[in-house]
Amino acid sequence: MKVLAFFCLCLLAALALPAFVDASHLNLAILVLMAAQLGVAWNIVGGYAGQVSLGHAAFYGLGAYTSTLLLVKFGVNPWFGTLAGGVVAATLSLAFGWSCFRLKGHYFAMATIAVAELVQIFFTEWEWGGAAVGLTAPVTNAGWAWMTFSTKLPYYWLALGLLLVTLAVNFWIERSWLGYYFRAIKDEPDAARSIGVNIARYKQIALSVSAFFTALGGSLYAQKELYIDPNSVLSTALSIKMALVSILGGAGTLFGPVIGSVVLTSIEEFTRILYGGTGRGIDTIIYASLIIAVAVFYPSGIVGWWHGLRRRWASRKAAAADAVRAHSAAAAPQAPAGEPS
Amino acid sequence: MNLLEVTNVSKRFGGLTANEDVTFSVEAGQIVGLIGPNGAGKTTLFNCVAGFYPPSSGAIVLDGRDIAGLAPEACARAGVARTFQIARTFTSMTACENVMTAAMLSEHKVSAARTSAMQWLAFANLERFADKPAGSMTISEQRRLAVARALAINPRILLMDEVMAGLNPSEVKEAVDVVLKIRQRGIACLVVEHVLEGIMPIADKIVVLDRGCKIVEGTPQQVSSDPVVIHAYLGDA
Repeated sequence: MKVLAFFCLCLLAALALPAFVDASHLNLAILVLMAAQLGVAWNIVGGYAGQVSLGHAAFYGLGAYTSTLLLVKFGVNPWFGTLAGGVVAATLSLAFGWSCFRLKGHYFAMATIAVAELVQIFFTEWEWGGAAVGLTAPVTNAGWAWMTFSTKLPYYWLALGLLLVTLAVNFWIERSWLGYYFRAIKDEPDAARSIGVNIARYKQIALSVSAFFTALGGSLYAQKELYIDPNSVLSTALSIKMALVSILGGAGTLFGPVIGSVVLTSIEEFTRILYGGTGRGIDTIIYASLIIAVAVFYPSGIVGWWHGLRRRWASRKAAAADAVRAHSAAAAPQAPAGEPS
Repeated sequence: MNLLEVTNVSKRFGGLTANEDVTFSVEAGQIVGLIGPNGAGKTTLFNCVAGFYPPSSGAIVLDGRDIAGLAPEACARAGVARTFQIARTFTSMTACENVMTAAMLSEHKVSAARTSAMQWLAFANLERFADKPAGSMTISEQRRLAVARALAINPRILLMDEVMAGLNPSEVKEAVDVVLKIRQRGIACLVVEHVLEGIMPIADKIVVLDRGCKIVEGTPQQVSSDPVVIHAYLGDA
């Protein structure tokens, strides 16, 4: 109930936000929402099912390239292109999973990096697909019909909408049998098999759903920037950011990635504003140090830290209540126990 | 007719033979103990029946259907449930959620799974832990939780791997009671056990393995007085 109230409050704030901020802060908000959506999508396979992928940029890039190529080469509407990108990424995730799910744990993570690198190299060399130069989308058909705008605000609504849809899907997964199976696979894969869970199939389901929504995020990015190249949509740094947002916020929790994105993206942007101009990379050093600090002191993420704090408060309150009860019992032995003194 | 028939099963890992031509059977509703000294190949045989290893040769037939070489999840669907030496409970879940996950094999609906899970928790005398994290329970409680979880897939036979190891006498008694209650439900039990005083009084049949081969099969009385068994356990006296 409390979580629901908090969510509604955040949603109201998000709906009201554009009225209060200028264009540059609105852009920051869009970045937060987009990173949050990617973290939430990553969380399906990386958090709930515990298969830490460091190659999700491949799906992001596939989404961005599918919608942009369809638009640039064939004049296909980006709304349809976005959906097509999701389907392409989900389909190719079958090959991704087929090759990587043979491995477990760290080896799985390493394999995902390798596969994502292959995809990046492919797009860097692919002449028809823009190669290293990238692709520029036309701005001729501005408006909702073509998901192309000259101002930031519509992209804010799109990013918010996409985040809400992705959250809704996670919410449903978390409460359905899929969520139970994913967590079982994460906790004890052998025990999961012994109760009839086909873990290969369910890992693949998690990966495909995650890939689909990651690709939608990629297409949205492509429409927002109207320019993509392999470095901006397929880099390993992007894969790592998706994982970081989710892990720092709290992997395997519904709102963890959203919180992670608010914290991480803000740190990233503020250190860049404050120290980025020095040209000595101080911003990335501070950014990295903060990540290490969170990872060392709060290994279960911000959500995990918050739950720990609440438990401690609860036990302290219970201890205090016990003390009061003991005190009042000692002071007035006839008084019924538990009555406030 | 026998519920489970293991016929001439051998399992080799490279040059090492873990099981050689093992044959035995379990009738519906029977408790069968699988005993033997360390390294006798009990757990390997157990893993072959549960689908975790494909046998190198031989047949494993459950209810007329050959299940040898099927994947663990397929064996579970066929009616073979198992527990592990360490409980392997899902520690990020509550006790109830652990059992619910297993109950979802027959129906994916969460509310139905909860109803069925609560019954199995009660069966294992664990209702009071329903909403507690599985990781916070003691070893003995987690083992019983693993049994409740295995039973929630509605198996024909339950394979238990050393459920009594490392338990104190009162916990052993609790585990024995659970095994007896399982038999009452008509579910057969194949129990790998080191704690002989736990399994001997309740087993309908004992199968003794030594160095990968079955050396004796019979009632607990026959087995415990058999010179071959005494020799296998104690060596030359």
